[in-house]
Amino acid sequence: MVIFGIDLVLLISALMISATPVLLAAIGEAVVEKSGVLNLGVEGMMITGAVIGFIFAVNTQIPIYGFICAAIAGALLSVLFAVLTQYIMSNQVATGLGLTMVGLGLSALIGKPYEGIKSPTLSKIEIPILSDIPILGPMIFSHDAIVYFSVILVATVAFVISKTRIGLVLRAVGENQEAAHALGYKVVRIRFLAIMFGGATAGIGGAYISLARVPQWTEGMTAGAGWIALALVVFASWKPWRVLLGAYLFGGITVLQLNLQAIGVAIPVEILSMSPYLVTIVVLVGISLFGHHTAPGSLARPFHASQ
Amino acid sequence: MAEVLLQMDGISKSFPGVKANDEVSFQINSGEIHALLGENGAGKSTLVKMIYGLMQPDSGSMKLGSENFRPSEPSKARQSGIAMVFQHFSLFDALSVAENIALGMENPPRLQDLSEKIETVSKSYGLPLGPKRLVGQLSAGERQRVEIIRCLLQNPKLLIMDEPTSVLTPNEVKTLFETLLRLKGEGKSILYISHKLEEIREICDYATILRNGKKVGSCIPRDTSAKQIGEMMVGKSFSSPSRKTRAFGEELLKVSNLSIRTKDFFGTSLSNINFSVRVGEILGIGGVAGNGQDELLSALSGEEKTSPSTIKIFNQPIGKLAPDERRAIGMRAAPEERLGHAAAPAMTLIENTLITSHSEDVINQWGIIKFDNVKEKTRNIVSEFDVRTPTLDNAAASLSGGNLQKFVIGREILQKPRVFVVNQPTWGVDAAAAAFIRQSILNLASNDSAVVVISQDLDELFEICDTFSVLTNGRMSKSHDIRSLSSEDVGLLMGGSDLDRKSHDTA
Repeated sequence: MVIFGIDLVLLISALMISATPVLLAAIGEAVVEKSGVLNLGVEGMMITGAVIGFIFAVNTQIPIYGFICAAIAGALLSVLFAVLTQYIMSNQVATGLGLTMVGLGLSALIGKPYEGIKSPTLSKIEIPILSDIPILGPMIFSHDAIVYFSVILVATVAFVISKTRIGLVLRAVGENQEAAHALGYKVVRIRFLAIMFGGATAGIGGAYISLARVPQWTEGMTAGAGWIALALVVFASWKPWRVLLGAYLFGGITVLQLNLQAIGVAIPVEILSMSPYLVTIVVLVGISLFGHHTAPGSLARPFHASQ
Repeated sequence: MAEVLLQMDGISKSFPGVKANDEVSFQINSGEIHALLGENGAGKSTLVKMIYGLMQPDSGSMKLGSENFRPSEPSKARQSGIAMVFQHFSLFDALSVAENIALGMENPPRLQDLSEKIETVSKSYGLPLGPKRLVGQLSAGERQRVEIIRCLLQNPKLLIMDEPTSVLTPNEVKTLFETLLRLKGEGKSILYISHKLEEIREICDYATILRNGKKVGSCIPRDTSAKQIGEMMVGKSFSSPSRKTRAFGEELLKVSNLSIRTKDFFGTSLSNINFSVRVGEILGIGGVAGNGQDELLSALSGEEKTSPSTIKIFNQPIGKLAPDERRAIGMRAAPEERLGHAAAPAMTLIENTLITSHSEDVINQWGIIKFDNVKEKTRNIVSEFDVRTPTLDNAAASLSGGNLQKFVIGREILQKPRVFVVNQPTWGVDAAAAAFIRQSILNLASNDSAVVVISQDLDELFEICDTFSVLTNGRMSKSHDIRSLSSEDVGLLMGGSDLDRKSHDTA
């Protein structure tokens, strides 16, 4: 299927790959923010995941070890944030920004010897039967494991948040921390775990850039994906399926504008390059105009269990 | 002789600088409604939090039935059959009724089953409640129902209620009391915390009175006068507010055709509000919070601007003026929410005084703050309104609710406003401080000011106001001479109907 010189199958397939890092980081951050914490360190955790994942994948030649180590690295970095903000009561905004700086610097330092090396890549998993469907098969059911994992993760998070006890407690803590505390829920402990979850998914998201999308290590290669993830969470009104929609929209326009550049459309390159950001924001703002979507009531408010 | 359910023995609890509870002992029997009385800061909340497992006593012991009882966290207390209805801080606005209830239960059933259970239990106790509704859209009375149902579903032995009637309409109070008596009939015990002595005399079997963390007495409320109980609470006698004159001058504040669309998702829009207040008059506006009270206050304070002629002072249109400009011509307001609206929590009392002062009093010609003047003003407020604070440099948030309320009211009244608008002047304030605040409002009116008091507390309005109207669902009734109103009239007004049939003989 080719429209205006662009193959739609390749486009959709590329879109899912291009959106996966942002999607993974954003779904984790959505959980963090649902618990009432604003972690602006997503970019730092992503780039750390990217470099650690790359190092382990190169040394073991097994990509999946890279992803596991990236998740652990992201979570460990987020523990730093969690300890500082939940126990030492440091300011969440400043600490999150600091975390991004630390991540960018640290990854540049430890990644230096690995520049210019090619990493092992993930093999594609063709889902039996489904991948044989014409058009749809190669489009959606012929990806690597992490792409499937990211979609399953979104579905799981959506289910857990809206349908389970754990999700209810998480929302309660983010909505009204004093009330949750009065009812006997461990506000700090729940937030700590949410922050670690966010760190792990950001780490995996980062590793997907260095192990699947690019696949090699370059300093600063996340290139603002963490910030996009943060923006997506807000514009998606903290709803998991909208995070997926936003991420795919963003990924789609990114791929599309590259294709348009390649076939030489008479639109200035600068405008094409900024289009993913503009379109994603416009669409999600449009959606959030309908209905009632406010931030979790206790978002970014420090909590200290006094009295 | 009824059996003892909960026995408290020599309970003490200290915080840095304060002894919140000092050797407190008392017992609650099965099937008893037991009142816990005391001023703000007497140690009632601390004591209750220890029973509910939110805090642990430093010394002393508790016994539940025949077993030693020392819950390390609320879930332990709930498992032992203790349930608590909080005054604030325990509902989640953005969650549904059923979700809110599930959060307060140890092993909640599936949401679907829980919803059915909520409907059955709430109907059987005469407290109807839709399980799918968002809590943020409920009235204060309905919100309390959520808490009560949450407790009842756990089948508790002891139900703790912290100031349950402070936000209810008279009818809701009646329903609540019926529920409480029914629970008592089922053999459950209730620990009832309140400032309202008449209520306690009506419903409680026994009362324990705390002052400064110590138990200072106990009594059978029915056999003791409210005055006696009140004196035990404060340790001295205090007088009810009174005023010298009730003569009104010309029309001072006039509001005509005031309509505002609320910007708050959970707020109420105002539609076509008309009233006027004369020199020396106190207009009381009753009704349950959430019916447009906050919106009315913000229109009068100037936070929300309207077309100029909607609000007039001495026939001068001021609807477009900002709060600061209104203060300059002598119109001041004290909103309900003390922390964050009336006062900046993290700023000192001195800085909070500065915020609403006339700029010419506190800022010199070069734009520099005259801190000596501000300090002097703050010192005046603190001494004249008996605000108890260690220093003037204490943050507003460090004061207790009652003290901060005295500060806020004092700050405005000492500026001698011509028009003063106040929302819930004595909410959560103890009896002595409330009497003092009411007296200062009366004195202000006697000094040729016009006052608008918005309050849910009908007793308060009847004590100090000259005229009375009700704000329901964003609409305001006609104002009536308060002395001409019977309690049925008030009920009708609260229900949203105007007393048209008799407005001609009271107007």
